[in-house]
Amino acid sequence: MKDRFKKINISEFGSLIALIALIVGISLLSKNFATVGNFLSLLRQSSINGLIAFGMTLVILTGGIDLSVGSILAFTTAIAAKLILMGVTSPLAILISLLLGAIFGFITGFIITKGRIQPFIATLISMTVFRGLTLIFSNGKPISGVTRGEDFSAAFLTAIGKGTILGVPTPVWILIIVFIVLYFLLSNTTYGRKIYSTGSNEKAASLAGINTVRTKMSVYAISGFMSALAGIILLSRLGSAQPTLGSGYELDAIAAGALGGISLSGGRGKITGTLIGVLIIAVLNNGLNIIGVSSYYQDVIKGIVILIAVLSDKER
Amino acid sequence: MKVEMKNISKAFFKNQVLDGVDLVIDDATVLALCGENGAGKSTLMKILTGMISKDEGTILIDGIEKNYSHLKEAEKDGLIFIHQELNVIPDMTVEENIFLGKEINKGGILDKKTMRKETAELMERLGVDIDPGATMSKLSVGKQQMVEIAKALHNDVKVLIMDEPTSALTISETQTLFRIIASLKKQGVSIIYISHRMEEIFEICDKVTVLRDGKCIATNNVSDVTVDDVVRMMIGREIGDRYPKRNSHFGETIFEVKHLSSAPYVRDVSFNLREGEILGIAGLMGAGRSETMHTIFGSIKKDEGEIDIEGQTVHIRNPIEAKKHGIAFITEDRKNEGLLLPFSIKFNISVANLKKLSNKLGVLDKNKEKKMTEGAIKDFSIKCSDESQHVESLSGGNQQKVVFAKWVTTDPKILILDEPTRGVDVGAKKEIYDIMNDLTKEGVSIIMISSELPEIIGMSDRVVVLHEGKSVGIVEGSDINEEKIMNLATRGV
Repeated sequence: MKDRFKKINISEFGSLIALIALIVGISLLSKNFATVGNFLSLLRQSSINGLIAFGMTLVILTGGIDLSVGSILAFTTAIAAKLILMGVTSPLAILISLLLGAIFGFITGFIITKGRIQPFIATLISMTVFRGLTLIFSNGKPISGVTRGEDFSAAFLTAIGKGTILGVPTPVWILIIVFIVLYFLLSNTTYGRKIYSTGSNEKAASLAGINTVRTKMSVYAISGFMSALAGIILLSRLGSAQPTLGSGYELDAIAAGALGGISLSGGRGKITGTLIGVLIIAVLNNGLNIIGVSSYYQDVIKGIVILIAVLSDKER
Repeated sequence: MKVEMKNISKAFFKNQVLDGVDLVIDDATVLALCGENGAGKSTLMKILTGMISKDEGTILIDGIEKNYSHLKEAEKDGLIFIHQELNVIPDMTVEENIFLGKEINKGGILDKKTMRKETAELMERLGVDIDPGATMSKLSVGKQQMVEIAKALHNDVKVLIMDEPTSALTISETQTLFRIIASLKKQGVSIIYISHRMEEIFEICDKVTVLRDGKCIATNNVSDVTVDDVVRMMIGREIGDRYPKRNSHFGETIFEVKHLSSAPYVRDVSFNLREGEILGIAGLMGAGRSETMHTIFGSIKKDEGEIDIEGQTVHIRNPIEAKKHGIAFITEDRKNEGLLLPFSIKFNISVANLKKLSNKLGVLDKNKEKKMTEGAIKDFSIKCSDESQHVESLSGGNQQKVVFAKWVTTDPKILILDEPTRGVDVGAKKEIYDIMNDLTKEGVSIIMISSELPEIIGMSDRVVVLHEGKSVGIVEGSDINEEKIMNLATRGV
């Protein structure tokens, strides 16, 4: 037991305290914050950023970064929406869009590893290109009406974003399941070890017989998949795919990782940290709205909170 | 300049690193500072140069008490510390490095001409041929070090502290360094020379101070003591033979390299390796020793040549395939290539054994992992608190044992070692030699690169000598001596 306690990551612990402090603070300022209903909706809101941040975490752990998440989200969502409007049943359309997300991510990873281009630049390129492709694909207009209709297809799609299971919103379940899978993947599988060692010291990992190229390509594929999954939840909730969907999402995802102690130089950090980071951002967004802070100030406050978190992480 | 350190003590938390140490350096002397890793040498030097504070004691410089609180203050008085890992900016030129932070300028505009001229003058004073406009990263480690010495000269050095200066130098570079040290001494500079290499200490130093467990054991004139005396003082006991006794029964040829080449460093290398043998690879720096091994291991692309394992020609395109063929490679750069420093001993060992420790789905068996690590810690007597200790907090010798453990647990048939005892203290060196000896008894065949000739001579059953990327000779038996090897290495005949 003592041993276990010792192993708790301090920076994780710090961000957990920050999260609790925020929740307590905002609860004191507004009665409407700490209610079951608000917490559930807060968690549901956090699922989009959460999924993207989880994918981003894997990428950052290998020492990379993925700026293309928002654009991949927009493109795959537009494709899913168009497929559904063309009469493809929604489960199949979703599957295709998830697969495409992974493929798009993989392409980026391929460019990074085989083309030896820095992840920042490579994903900046794919961010631009996929956004452009989305605009071309959708003619710059929203693709709407996907959740209209009485059939199974529409009901299925609606259930993903708006439904609840055992009183908990479906997106929250999705987030929890993905979290558990990734947690296990990082801590209990060889794949996790490959990710950490690649990010910590690529040369040493490669000399130890780890295929660092394949490891790196795979994390971008996972990140693309996560973006597409987040996109599906958005599509379900909004009922339409906007071509500008998801722009700026990469920043919230990176911020969540940074808040959770994921080192941007790779190799260090835990997915639990990212989860806490995601929750901090969600609590800030939701809480600041509830206590009536203007949205202009919200960004400033968010920035300051991230700064404090990252600085205090450095102190240790 | 006379430096006196009196009764210096320092503790980090509860760990007493220095305990009442006295150290005196006279004008124009070369003082060797010896001790095993963790004896407190670096801490003492860091205190002298103001990098860390002392708990107790006084420092007198020419009789005046000084308390430096920053490296810069010590530098002003002419105390300059050249670290083992050189402090150069690789993308800047020689001249820019020397004048870094002290650029000659007029109202912010650089006076490049004067700086270049002064750099050239410094190089001339040192008697070395380095172009002031050359980019640092393009220079050899030896030359980079000379630039650091030039920088010290430029800062009007009075006491120069050098930590393991020869660990990455070629033999000829080492000789140049010794010449420079002698000339600095003549110019009145005192030198504190930290080294594990006894041969060097006895060649260039006037006095030797030995530290052990944070205490000063003795200071002697070098002429009054022997190597064995110094080693005994360092480890506090008799060391016995420096190298274990080798048996001379070998099996069949298990591994053979024929006309291997990989431009530009490896041009034509051939040798064979017998089961249970230790094959030494000797040569000067730049002879292509490490590059040859990287080519065999698939981490450098092979241009031509054949590699046979147990009589079968194999094609190794990357380290993953090399590993499959039972080859393990312990590279010379422990920190950058061998270890994942911020991770545990367990993580480091299992990273080379992921397949063995997991099921078909890639799920790790953590019990098995723990057992394997605990076994390795015992087998290699790695000194640590437990298997979850981070390797960055281990001593150099123990880090190296972790690298050994990591590779030996993969059950290699062929083990390639590149400078296996670099930066490892005397006691741990012996342990590593014993490990090598035991491995060969179990049938592992070892290829060992080393720049320390005594090590090559003491451990190898046969020695392949490389010269400018070519294997120029194989010596065995009584031919394994310094003269024969150096002749081959320098002239390639």
